[in-house]
Amino acid sequence: MFSLVQVELYKIFKRPRTYIAFGAVAALIGIIQFGLKIDGKSYLDFMLNDLSSSLEIDGKILNGYLVCYVMLQLLLVHVPLLIALIAADMISGEANMGTLRLLLIKPYSRTTLLLAKFIAAIIYTLMLLVWLAILALFGSMLLFGTDDMFLLKTSYVVLLKESDVFWRYIGAFGFAALAMTTVAALGFFLSVFAENSIGPIVATMSVIVFFTILSTLNIPIFNLIKPYLFTTHMIGWKEFFDIKVNASNEAIIGSIQNPEKIIKASLVLVAHTIGFFVATLLVFRKKDILS
Amino acid sequence: MSSVIQVQGLTKKFGHQFTAVNDLSFSVNQGDVYGFLGQNGAGKSTTIRMLLSLIEPTAGHIEIFGLPLATNRSAIMKKVGAVIEKPAMYEYLTAYQNLKIFSALSGVSKTRLQLLHELDVVGLAARANDLVRTFSQGMKQRLAIAMAMVNDPELILLDEPTNGLDPQGIADIRNLILNLSREQGKTVLVSSHLLSEIEQVATRLIIIDKGCKLVEGDSKDLFDTSKTVVEINTLHNEQALQKLLQTSWSDQILVDRCNSKQVIMQLDEKQLPSLHQNLVELGIGVLSVKPMHSLEDYFLQITSTQKYV
Amino acid sequence: MKKCRLFVLFIFCVSLAMAQDAAQLIKKVKAKLELVDNYEATGVMKTDIAFIKAPIGKIKIYFKKPNLFKIKKEGGISLLPKGGLSVNLSSLIASSNYSTIDAGVQEVGAKKLRVVKLLPNEEASDVVITTLYINEKESLIEKAITTTKENGTYTMLMNYGAYSNVGLPDKVVFEFNTKNYKLPKGITLEFEDDTKPLSAAQQLKNKKGRVEISYKNYIVNKGIPAAIFN
Repeated sequence: MFSLVQVELYKIFKRPRTYIAFGAVAALIGIIQFGLKIDGKSYLDFMLNDLSSSLEIDGKILNGYLVCYVMLQLLLVHVPLLIALIAADMISGEANMGTLRLLLIKPYSRTTLLLAKFIAAIIYTLMLLVWLAILALFGSMLLFGTDDMFLLKTSYVVLLKESDVFWRYIGAFGFAALAMTTVAALGFFLSVFAENSIGPIVATMSVIVFFTILSTLNIPIFNLIKPYLFTTHMIGWKEFFDIKVNASNEAIIGSIQNPEKIIKASLVLVAHTIGFFVATLLVFRKKDILS
Repeated sequence: MSSVIQVQGLTKKFGHQFTAVNDLSFSVNQGDVYGFLGQNGAGKSTTIRMLLSLIEPTAGHIEIFGLPLATNRSAIMKKVGAVIEKPAMYEYLTAYQNLKIFSALSGVSKTRLQLLHELDVVGLAARANDLVRTFSQGMKQRLAIAMAMVNDPELILLDEPTNGLDPQGIADIRNLILNLSREQGKTVLVSSHLLSEIEQVATRLIIIDKGCKLVEGDSKDLFDTSKTVVEINTLHNEQALQKLLQTSWSDQILVDRCNSKQVIMQLDEKQLPSLHQNLVELGIGVLSVKPMHSLEDYFLQITSTQKYV
Repeated sequence: MKKCRLFVLFIFCVSLAMAQDAAQLIKKVKAKLELVDNYEATGVMKTDIAFIKAPIGKIKIYFKKPNLFKIKKEGGISLLPKGGLSVNLSSLIASSNYSTIDAGVQEVGAKKLRVVKLLPNEEASDVVITTLYINEKESLIEKAITTTKENGTYTMLMNYGAYSNVGLPDKVVFEFNTKNYKLPKGITLEFEDDTKPLSAAQQLKNKKGRVEISYKNYIVNKGIPAAIFN
């Protein structure tokens, strides 16, 4: 099993395609950091426009913590597309090359092989997130320094103490790992059905784009189905950056406003991941390999 | 001689309509070069994929090395190597990397030197570090064979190994098969749509058509030039076949199932008059008895719809 | 008719006398405040604005006559009502270009406080009117309500302790009106909206923002570099 995972990782990291994702993340983060470094003030003025008419906001608002948050907000919607690039290719790509039949005549059960491939896809996903964390969080901390984190939410603002931020990022990246694993599982599932990699990659991206739009639309009829879409839960990482207040509206350091939301979202995502994998297994074990 | 592959009543249906393999039974013995002959779409690949458990049979039973395939897949696959249709490999990796991966997947740990030696055997040592993407079809085919051999299998399945190869490539494959069988004592099952190819290497062979077995036997018997293949058309072929099977002619019936249009027999030309007489005695309404001289003629006739030569 | 005139004159004189009193009182208060040329203090700031979730923060406060005032949070981010805090007690009455109106005595809590209204004479002044509630005995302003043209009305409540002799409070509470805060979801990139809208009463209550500053360790008249106020 271990050697199977090793082989799968070897294959993933020998492909040029794999580095597209890493390159894309680096480029996007670089551009955003560059933009904010050069013209962060205009961005802040725009964001704070409404607020600064009644409040005087003083301090280093545009610090590494906020920059990372802004980037995660933008990127975590698109990272699934990069994950689909690999995960949705795991089986279909091999079918396309014809190597799937060679893998399947080796002395391993299909379940073992599938598990190894899935683990490899998850490791790739996690490595992409680690890469993202290094660049977006540590890179921004280095470039912009750290300070309190001032966050604008839809109907309120949150001020987190500098010392109360880092652990939230650990939680957020942990959660993002769960969410991205779900995406990988979806891509993996769809890749069983095709003998070319484009189909499942596009299908995975479409499902995610479609669901994300449904999750974003604020139309009552869609609100009914929102809780059942896994994309709705994928932004659960943001909950780590909401803080509880006591009776006198004073933030309680180290608290999370809705921990139950995080737990629920995590469970939904884990359930989806397991669901997708089991479905993959059921389909794949019985599948006639004609490629 | 113990049998390496035992197939009983193997059937594969895709959907409800199409039967790719129909009630197929055959056996491959240790040390055989077993020719698997049939025109394209006859069910050769489907059968080979079922032998490799890539396709699940709709019905039937497969035993390899005396073990049921359905329950002993892993144990069996440790001792099997295969090249299935066009060679497949990771084009973005080098020949050496491909071989290394498949050696790891086969559970055999080989040193770099051993792997390079194996590439040398198929004449690719000089290109070991080149990306497979840059290889010609023949080179890919040779690499595919090296990959199939990496676990030193006892049974080797080659599905149309000469497809797309130039004459030299075809000759190389032929020599390789003979070498595997004669020098290394391996059992080889090789499929082709060309009788001439099979004829030169096979010790035993089977001809299938539309998923049905037409002929199975030792090459030396089937290619016996002193005998003639005859095609007998009767009013009721099924009945005629049943009746003939009861007689001493049954040994000479080539095609005993699946083909109710004709009865195919292989016999000495001199026996023809007595066959005629017997058919009349058995009350079989004979329409025609057509001698075809050799198995090749017969095979060409089956495959003539696709115009191969 | 004569009686009537006399009465009007009397009223006028009395009110004039009282106004004089009020001006005197302001002078006394001012005199006390002028004892302080500059100060530096540490403190704790609590922000209570309905749409802001902020922790209690340690701050440093700097003041220099006549109206330089700065709150600094050590390496952090501070949220203050706009304009509100910069209008400091002494800057309220720093100039003498205003009219005073005596508005009698009012009981605030257990204390009887003199109510004085200040009206700036300058048209351009941002301050429209300031109402001061003054503890006459101590010459300390305990409450001030200021209405401005630009920044609405805000209230300051002062508690005095150790530094009451120089008119420096231990605790100041600022109350001010806040506008509603709302950012479009497109900007915050949030999808879920299961936060229930606040009831009308809640919204009204929430419109008042409070900033509470507790002062500690005043360092008075030890000089402060001007650079701090930039």
